[in-house]
Amino acid sequence: MHDEKRLPLGKQLLYQLLCLLIAAIVLYPILWVVAISFDARDIQRPTELIPPEFSLQAYQRVLTQPTSNPVSFLTLAKNSLLLASGVALFSVLIGVSAAYIFSRFDFRLRKVLMVAVLGVLMMPSIATIAPLFVLLNKISFNTGEIQFNLRNSLLGVGMAMISGALPFAIWNLKGYLDTIPKDLAEAAMIDGASFNQVFIRIILPLARPALAVTFFLGFLTGWTEFAISWQFLTNPQDFTLSMALWNMTGQYSGDTPWSAFAAMALMLSLPVALVYLAFQRQIVSGLTMGSVK
Amino acid sequence: MSTTTKTLRGTGYGSQSKTSQIGQTRTIILYLLPAFLVMSIITFYPLFYQLWMSTTDFGVANLRQTAPPPDSVGLENYIDIFTGGLAAKVPKFDFVYLIGFNLWWTFSNVVIHVALGVAIALLVNQKGLWFKSVYRAIYVLPIILPTLVVATVWRNMFDPASGALNLGLAQIGSLFNIPPETFAIRWFDQIDRPIAWLPLPLSYFALLITNVWLGWPFMTIVATAALQSIPGDLYEAAKIDGANSPQQFWNITLPMLRPAMVPATVYGIITTFNLFNLIYFTSRGGPLRQTEIMVSTAYRLVNEQRLYGVAAAFCVMIFFILLGLTLLTNRITRATESYDA
Repeated sequence: MHDEKRLPLGKQLLYQLLCLLIAAIVLYPILWVVAISFDARDIQRPTELIPPEFSLQAYQRVLTQPTSNPVSFLTLAKNSLLLASGVALFSVLIGVSAAYIFSRFDFRLRKVLMVAVLGVLMMPSIATIAPLFVLLNKISFNTGEIQFNLRNSLLGVGMAMISGALPFAIWNLKGYLDTIPKDLAEAAMIDGASFNQVFIRIILPLARPALAVTFFLGFLTGWTEFAISWQFLTNPQDFTLSMALWNMTGQYSGDTPWSAFAAMALMLSLPVALVYLAFQRQIVSGLTMGSVK
Repeated sequence: MSTTTKTLRGTGYGSQSKTSQIGQTRTIILYLLPAFLVMSIITFYPLFYQLWMSTTDFGVANLRQTAPPPDSVGLENYIDIFTGGLAAKVPKFDFVYLIGFNLWWTFSNVVIHVALGVAIALLVNQKGLWFKSVYRAIYVLPIILPTLVVATVWRNMFDPASGALNLGLAQIGSLFNIPPETFAIRWFDQIDRPIAWLPLPLSYFALLITNVWLGWPFMTIVATAALQSIPGDLYEAAKIDGANSPQQFWNITLPMLRPAMVPATVYGIITTFNLFNLIYFTSRGGPLRQTEIMVSTAYRLVNEQRLYGVAAAFCVMIFFILLGLTLLTNRITRATESYDA
């Protein structure tokens, strides 16, 4: 360890000043959003930095019906939750076994398959939106009573999102599984455990933190996904929170007051912010790991 | 060390008899099957379909199930994009500017993020600094907010009349008797370049401010973790050898930060190059498409112009540009190698 020497007072004050300045810059937009979300006046745009009166009416408005679309906050949140957790869970569940094989074995097609996964991984999800839109749009039926188009459904959006989430899950999990000592599995096999037993009884429990972080990273992406859902979905009952937030700003906002937009932005952020804070360290290492290994 | 010997050692199938090799192959196939089956259908097949689409004039008329297939146009879509012929369908489309802007956008952001991130990590890591944990808790806020939220909030921050930026500047200005009208800055709509000889609109600088606000904390977190893992003995030994602070910084701190900062920088480059949410929600590519990046252009080709064939060609090009970028960075990080336990 270093010697815990004291900073000279002059330096201390200078550094404090710098740190405070940075803190002020970081906090400025956040405090501003929080402030205008409590604006008591029912006006479209604020005229001062801090509203003169505070109330919860913007939150009330958002919770009942955030946009001009006939859809409630609860439905939007349910759709976002369903998409995010569905995509994250599915990609972790079927990704982990593939990740383990990549981490443990060398086989003839290993390099080819890994490059394929990596190649897809570097594609932004928007870069495959055209073929996914066209292909999923082909799957539809109309029985008169039920009209179904896979493209125009949460299921279709979920499939399009898994297209990118699954390669990411495989890559990210492989990075973690690589760090589990191989002797562990070997010792168990010498003791007579089968490959499946090793995987289920030893590897999966050890990988639990990695599974959780990969799930959460997938969830984060799904929770704030915008481009695919905006392109695919047309029925307001299927809309997500992100789409509603976009509807509340800019050319589609109509007469949405900024206070309602701010309340919506904060409510959208809160759940992910809380979990992020809880998992912060693992997430940061998970993110960089995904790009190196 | 070659990959082959390293991973084979750990297979767990110690004997190389024929039966166990078959068993091993079966296990590999079984474990890979679910993921690769799903990816074949919803990842790889669409990618090849995209390749075919890019050689057609796929449009809205070809969407319906009963619609005729699109006409093949060969490489026309690619040629249109390269030579600027696309400007006939997409006003103000300028491919050379677009690529140049996208690369400059990435470069300028990542350089500032890394430099600021490391500098602030060093500052907050000073021994004996008061309120360290308070600052750390505050500085993490930009990353825990979804980019989507950050982007929409900053869009409003930059509003000429009601935005917190102009209002804040006016408040500061009033201390110096500057009239508030001075700060009716039209951040995203001003056409005149702020710096005459630089072909970048004011909108770019507004985006840069937003993304610097958003981007440095991640680098600070990575750098802080690396700083804390540097053994203190190194500095003590250096001190005994008579090295001063700048020498210690250049010879110990910086080299020890490098292994952590290189992958973080690679991650930053890829993310910033594709930062759709920020561009689409904040400047919306404006004014006059001058702050559009590749992915936001691709999205508009699908979502607004509905030129699916052209969009496919555009995305195939994005793929190759990213491939180049990744290969370049892979040479540094050797991403495909398996972990050396």
